[in-house]
Amino acid sequence: MRHRSLLVLSIALTGALTVTACGSRGGSKSGGDSASGTTVTIGVDAPLSGQNSATGLGIQYGVQIAVDDANKNKTVPGVTFKVKPLDDQAQPATGQQNATSLVADSSVLGVVGPLNSGVAQSMQQVFETANLVEISPSNTNPALTQGPNWASGTKVRGYKTYFRTATTDALQGAYAAQYATGTAKKKNAFVVDDKQTYGAGLAGIFKDSFTKDGGTIAGTDHVSTGDKDFSTLVTKIKSSGADMLYYGGQYDEASLLSKQLKAAGDAIPLMGGDGIFSATYVSVGGAGTEGDLSTSVGSPVDGLATAQDFIAKYKAAKYPGDYGTYGGYSYDAATAIIKAVASVAAANGGKIPSDARAKIVDGVQKADFDGIAGHVSFDEFGDTTNKQLTVYQVTGGKWVSVKTGAFTG
Amino acid sequence: MHTLPQQLANGLFLGSTYGLIAIGYTMVYGIVQLINFAHGEIFMTGGFGALTVYLVLPHGTSLWLALPLMLIGGAATSVLIALGAERFAYRPLRTAPRLAPLIAAIGLSLALQQAVHNLYPKATSPRVFPQIPSGPWHLANIDIQSGDLFTLIAAPICMVVLALFVRKSRTGRAMQATAQDPDTAQLMGIDTNRIIATAFAIGAVFAAVAAICYGLRYGQVSYDMGFEAGLKAFTAAVLGGIGNIYGAMLGGLVLGLAEALATAYISDIPGMQQLGGQAWAPVWAFVLLILVLLLRPQGLLGERVADRA
Repeated sequence: MRHRSLLVLSIALTGALTVTACGSRGGSKSGGDSASGTTVTIGVDAPLSGQNSATGLGIQYGVQIAVDDANKNKTVPGVTFKVKPLDDQAQPATGQQNATSLVADSSVLGVVGPLNSGVAQSMQQVFETANLVEISPSNTNPALTQGPNWASGTKVRGYKTYFRTATTDALQGAYAAQYATGTAKKKNAFVVDDKQTYGAGLAGIFKDSFTKDGGTIAGTDHVSTGDKDFSTLVTKIKSSGADMLYYGGQYDEASLLSKQLKAAGDAIPLMGGDGIFSATYVSVGGAGTEGDLSTSVGSPVDGLATAQDFIAKYKAAKYPGDYGTYGGYSYDAATAIIKAVASVAAANGGKIPSDARAKIVDGVQKADFDGIAGHVSFDEFGDTTNKQLTVYQVTGGKWVSVKTGAFTG
Repeated sequence: MHTLPQQLANGLFLGSTYGLIAIGYTMVYGIVQLINFAHGEIFMTGGFGALTVYLVLPHGTSLWLALPLMLIGGAATSVLIALGAERFAYRPLRTAPRLAPLIAAIGLSLALQQAVHNLYPKATSPRVFPQIPSGPWHLANIDIQSGDLFTLIAAPICMVVLALFVRKSRTGRAMQATAQDPDTAQLMGIDTNRIIATAFAIGAVFAAVAAICYGLRYGQVSYDMGFEAGLKAFTAAVLGGIGNIYGAMLGGLVLGLAEALATAYISDIPGMQQLGGQAWAPVWAFVLLILVLLLRPQGLLGERVADRA
């Protein structure tokens, strides 16, 4: 009998393997009216622990600084802003729970996040129903704004409450392929992705563009998020004769993959998207990441005169996480919400109206200002009109920008 | 197929780590018939214990010097946690229905994960673990990384020492007796509480060695590393025949090899392209487990009661 129950247990565990972690952590108290005036909460949803948390924390504190600035400058008279950060652990199901709890908190008038495109998919409908504006500083999957058939040219906006300050992978993947075949003179790419909405989407676009630009694909493979051992895959890549490895996914797996690839004596560069553009990629991957490439959205934040004040504040407050990837865009996303709140309040005699959420969605759609990371305005799909992309390379142990521009066919 | 030797080696290194963790499952199961689901977390705390030792040593200490100290620190941490778990969670439940200690183990596993996540400095994201700065070595067609080398040396030594201990030493024989029949063993003057604690402690030491292998190979330890590693090791223990220490090691090796070969070659089979690759490796490993359990329910090495400990 015992053996049979062991068999049943093993089968059950096979299923359990896919359902890993549990609920959300680190939620904070919900807001409400304070004695001195109205409190408006800006929700943040991002992975704040575990996988992807370095860039997730960059989003949280990017928003925090925007809110502190708005409170200090009294951008909206009589209104105090606060941040409500929720941890989605990069899990779509957790993201949806967080979306539900943000919607339920009536002081929340806008949300910045999430980090991951796959998580965004699970949250969009919740916010749409509640008419609550959501601006992602980092989602790059084209389908989020332009509908599932964007590639064939039928672009349909699914959710009018969803906006993003990052440009899409349709441009990012093509820009990466152009750089790989043109500037880096690579001919034979091995393509790996992590099967997530973002990673698989980006890898697919890169693959198509790379072939179109005259390159060949040496092989493809998929990994699972959380994988640590890539020795078998590394042996496969090495024997395929590829002269570069493209990875669609996040830095957690990419850094280990790059490290193990170089340790096995294959000196080809790993290239990825904004998901691997993080200081943590280099610190975990070590010397093996030297020469690796990534593309990321926008211009390098460290080089922007408008962002210096933000960077100084981030460093002075000793906030954890990487501000470099999406911190500037998070600041701008939060600012877009704050500005919308300001105009809604101004039109209502300085008070927040009861249907503020719907009006703020309209306000964000009309946003048009110069943010710290570039101009902020949205097109008819909710995509940013700022289509700048930058190629970075690990040089001397840190990411250095090598080329900035927009993808032009 | 020219990559076959390298892929076999990859599987062997991976499997050795699984096997070392699996010893802990199998020893405890062999003696008290408890599946200690917190063992994955005991493995994790071993990794953090070793990391702590490395961090308190003066900066720039040679890893060759630090490694033995890290082994001691890691083992001490995991043994302490394992003995605490045995004394305060499992011993009070020893006469309770079988399900109670199992649930306690799952609860303990979550508690330990959360404790490290919240209390260890900066453990919310993976902590960087030192790596041996040399290698790789080339042996015929095979590359061996420095982290693999440690596994290659540590795993067989641990196995031989354990086998000798269980067969030759007084305590080892007492363990075999307790495994066969705890009540009679107690009547014969064996302190079964001490024997059970010893089984937990030995499992914890092996888990700590495995955690250092893991840290050296991947260059990081994280609060959630015990979940999947524990699950794989439990699978290895069942595959080899739970309760049998040689089975645990063999099960680990078979599992590691199965994963490596599935990743490498399944996608080359015509028509199987979609079902191969890294992402499918655990699926094939579990398919293998289910097949083994269907055909040979007692696992690969069965339940040789005489050697069970």
